[in-house]
Amino acid sequence: MKIERRDFLKGILGGGVMLAADAKPAAARHPGKELPPNAVGILYDATLCIGCQVCVGACKQANNMPVEHTAGTDPLWDNPRDLSAKTMNIIKKYGSGDYPEKDTVAGYSFVKRHCMHCLDPACVSACPVSALLKNPDTGIVTYNKKACIGCRYCQVACPFNIPKFEWDSAVPVIAKCQLCAHLLAKGGISACCAACPTGASLFGRVEDLRQEAKRRLAMTPGESYDFPVASLNSKEAQSHKAGRYIQQVYGESEVGGTQYLLLAGVPFDKIGLPTLPDESFVALADGIQYAIYKGMVYPLVVLGGLIYMIRKGEGDKH
Amino acid sequence: MTAPAPLNKPIYTWNFKACAVIAGVTGLCLLWRFFFGIGSISNMNDGYPWGIWIAYDVVIGTALACGGYAMALLVYIFNKGEYHPLVRPALMTSLFGYTMAGISVVIDLGRYWQMYNIFLPWRSNFHSVMFEVAVCIATYVMVLWVEFAPAILEKLKADALRAKLNRYIFVFIALGILLPTMHQSSLGTMMLMAGYKLSPLWRTGFLPLLFLLTALLMGYAIVMVESFICQAWFKTPSDLPLLSKISDFMPWLLGVYLLIRLESINLAGNLGLAFNGSLQGNMFLLENALLIAAFVILVQPQNRGRAKTLFLAAAAIVLGASLYRLNTYIIGFDPGTGWRYFPSVPELMITLGVVATEGMAYMWVVNKLPVLPKAEHA
Repeated sequence: MKIERRDFLKGILGGGVMLAADAKPAAARHPGKELPPNAVGILYDATLCIGCQVCVGACKQANNMPVEHTAGTDPLWDNPRDLSAKTMNIIKKYGSGDYPEKDTVAGYSFVKRHCMHCLDPACVSACPVSALLKNPDTGIVTYNKKACIGCRYCQVACPFNIPKFEWDSAVPVIAKCQLCAHLLAKGGISACCAACPTGASLFGRVEDLRQEAKRRLAMTPGESYDFPVASLNSKEAQSHKAGRYIQQVYGESEVGGTQYLLLAGVPFDKIGLPTLPDESFVALADGIQYAIYKGMVYPLVVLGGLIYMIRKGEGDKH
Repeated sequence: MTAPAPLNKPIYTWNFKACAVIAGVTGLCLLWRFFFGIGSISNMNDGYPWGIWIAYDVVIGTALACGGYAMALLVYIFNKGEYHPLVRPALMTSLFGYTMAGISVVIDLGRYWQMYNIFLPWRSNFHSVMFEVAVCIATYVMVLWVEFAPAILEKLKADALRAKLNRYIFVFIALGILLPTMHQSSLGTMMLMAGYKLSPLWRTGFLPLLFLLTALLMGYAIVMVESFICQAWFKTPSDLPLLSKISDFMPWLLGVYLLIRLESINLAGNLGLAFNGSLQGNMFLLENALLIAAFVILVQPQNRGRAKTLFLAAAAIVLGASLYRLNTYIIGFDPGTGWRYFPSVPELMITLGVVATEGMAYMWVVNKLPVLPKAEHA
């Protein structure tokens, strides 16, 4: 348990002794996280999405999730308003005016929301009992209800507000997308991607998906190109006219990068994706925590000092 | 200064009975919570996963229970033995406060029956601030019971055991100083992880230090407030000379806190947000106005010698620092997806019930166990 000088300084910074440290905390300068060796993920292309919500139903079927009907609708309809303990994947819509044109700021756009599978996941760092873990091979962030104590710190920590809690249950669990890890284990792909009729949700290795995203950003809007469907390896493709992409792959660098990547024709903050720094918020809290408590060396030294002072004080009295 | 002694007054006064009624209603609310889920009784939601059970019962409650910590630091580390009469009452409120916070956590945990997972080495996540806080608070509750044990053993006349405990109590006193230092600062680190969801008026790398300082400030302030209230209610002898002496260094502690609190926001260029008329801005102003008012009172030596002004300043510190913690956990927290939170009546009731139970325990203990200084006209 060697204490590195850098960690020690971080600890001091955590204690706030260095006054100037606040403006640019050194501990926040966390090196960008590497992709796990077999990182898999999803590329969602809003310009290809037709808002059919087949992926929402497929997700529920694959994960045995109940139908969610919101007020004013027939109880038979699955009509979730947002992610919830019953809905781990959802298509939402951004709209302006009377929706004249798709994928424009003045018009409308769809967006698919679920767990981003961060490279430096705040929920995993926050969870006191390792109920949330990032698979070291695939990078999938999984949830284990046998470990979970229901403290909900994951919900506070997640910059994307993804984990959802079963508020009306006596034995509640946290619900979030686990990229259909159970299907992957059987050689399959995530249910939402398998179901998507247009290739808007595309499964694949994150490295390849990043390249695919770059290929799309370089396309000439209006020209026809081939777009793979379901999975990058499916050898199935459809021809579509390239959309007018915002020149950004959302999830490439946000909070250290994510394994769910998004492309869209409207700025991402319009479709509910927060503008985030490249460093994860985990880094600062983690740096402070780890520096102070690594190997419990500092606390034990302080304890020794306290015992000495108390004994000395007692001795003075006699 | 007289030795601590039981008050030996009637316990079941109307105060006690009122608390019992509140605790009874709370019991019903709790049944509901455990059968139908947290959402069935509270207004917590996926945007605001933590409500007043965490923000008040745990985050503010444990700081209000830092009297034992603050006094132990003074008496045992700064070797100011003359404050010893204040230690035992302070320790008792710490014991109640922390025990109640522990109970509140159980109420708030969704999967409380798996709590023991925190202590299983293969489940423990040493990176988690929550892990550190949970282990620390659980250990500290046990340490507090041991630290308070002499008062109980005295009553039971178990002198042999008391003598044995006294030989090793220094270890527990040391832990009783180390553990709150650790988890009270970590309660601040905890909200760093909320990132942009926490308003820049509260989000700073100094959160751990500011939380530690408010724990100390509230610890000393609550000892004063409590002492004044005991004098008024139970007619215990006045501690004014001692309290005045403690208050001599309060302006320094408070001054350092305010400097860091305001400068960390100012240096990051976010102080302007305080004046935009929003709820967050106004709460920031209120929080700091209370603490600045306390500072202005305490910085004048003559005010530190008068019971009235000293009580006012201490009360302002308790309120202002509590508000700081409430703001950091609820008012300053905005998940940014249109979520709103205001506690429901049964949710408030449960918090009130926890406080009422604490009140009942307090009334029982001061009358039965040697805690408060002996009354002059018994």
